[in-house]
Amino acid sequence: MPLVEFRNVSYEIAGKRILSGINLSVDAGETLVLLGRSGSGKSTALKLTNGMLFPTEGQVLVEGRSTREWDPIKLKRRIGYVIQDVGLFPHFTVARNIGLVPRLEGWIEADVERRVSQLLDKVGMPASEFLMRYPRQLSGGQRQRVGVARALAADPPLLLFDEPFGALDPVTRFELQQQFLELQRDFKKTSIFVTHDVREAIRLGSRIALLVWGTVETISSPDEFRRAQTGEARAFLACL
Amino acid sequence: MRSDLTSDIIRLTGEHLSLVGISMTIAILLGVPLGIQVARYPAARRWLLGLSSVVQTIPSLALFGFLIPIPLIGGIGKRTVIVALVLYGLLPILRNTFVGILSVDPAVCDSAVAMGMSDGQLLRQVQLPLAARTIIAGIRVATVTTIGTATIAAAIGGGGLGVFIFRGVASVDTAQILAGAIPAAVIALFADGGLGWLERKLSPL
Repeated sequence: MPLVEFRNVSYEIAGKRILSGINLSVDAGETLVLLGRSGSGKSTALKLTNGMLFPTEGQVLVEGRSTREWDPIKLKRRIGYVIQDVGLFPHFTVARNIGLVPRLEGWIEADVERRVSQLLDKVGMPASEFLMRYPRQLSGGQRQRVGVARALAADPPLLLFDEPFGALDPVTRFELQQQFLELQRDFKKTSIFVTHDVREAIRLGSRIALLVWGTVETISSPDEFRRAQTGEARAFLACL
Repeated sequence: MRSDLTSDIIRLTGEHLSLVGISMTIAILLGVPLGIQVARYPAARRWLLGLSSVVQTIPSLALFGFLIPIPLIGGIGKRTVIVALVLYGLLPILRNTFVGILSVDPAVCDSAVAMGMSDGQLLRQVQLPLAARTIIAGIRVATVTTIGTATIAAAIGGGGLGVFIFRGVASVDTAQILAGAIPAAVIALFADGGLGWLERKLSPL
């Protein structure tokens, strides 16, 4: 059974069709990249996955159950979510930001603290130095690492990434991509990763779904994608 | 004579403080929750804000006059004064509460929702702390204004430092006017300073 499945999903808001007739499935352990231009509906697809939005038609299944049937809060706590640049709570320290979901889930304090330190080390930020800092005292890359640590905190089986590295300089972006691959290998999570950067898609994805105006043009492995001949795929490959 | 004046000043200052204290407590207890509701339901925004603005435009002496004949809340004395002062204090508190909540970065709220925070958790852990500074600023404006407006309470038998001012105006006695005006100004300065300090201290960043 796939971890996430989109069955003929359409989404409309105010009469505007954002997604139409999407069919996708994401298997445990893989990284599905949603590649597309701005406005192609990639972020909407993520929000449909964790129940921040619900499809106008069709259904999204997570662990075999429609997002409509899930307890909305339980569903979100089972899914880690990383968004571009912001989203860290500016009034929380790094430690409190990362420990947020475990605390909401009622973990005992000692476990939360151990988990937070472990994750900070994992994302390459020494806990002793960073625990008590505030987001504004971090660089963009460090903030993003904290964002990733926060998403991993309660050990969710599924992670959603919404252009997480989009606002970073190329060198930092490369380092974070590297780290993403390492974490992927160590934790064996399933991820859906939204990006408009074709290199990032090829580097990180086990499969790439190319979105054009709210429809899926192709789904292929990175190698197949490099040889793809469809119009939008060629437009993206021209950026390489 | 001198000690009479001193003890009057102390007594009326105490009355003034209690009028302001009670009114502000009620205004905060009403204004903050209402502001939160207004932030959640845009439909409520228009008429609640409209209503508060209308109250704000009524000259204070006239508002006291309007309230006197109303049963239960009206009449001569402190109760009417408190009702009027609450009505005046409400707008800045209500407005700053919802403006403060609405100006929290939407990406931060989105990520709180995506983490699986309930509405209540989002409000208590994210929106209110990040809006605290703006809310206190509203309370500060309301308090300082109320300290001045409360001097009019004496006109309808509410007591407070306005007693000196009305007496002084009636008998063209500058000393009496100052006996009311100076303590009122001092209270206002202290309130402004104290709440300003709190405002800076609560700044989340």
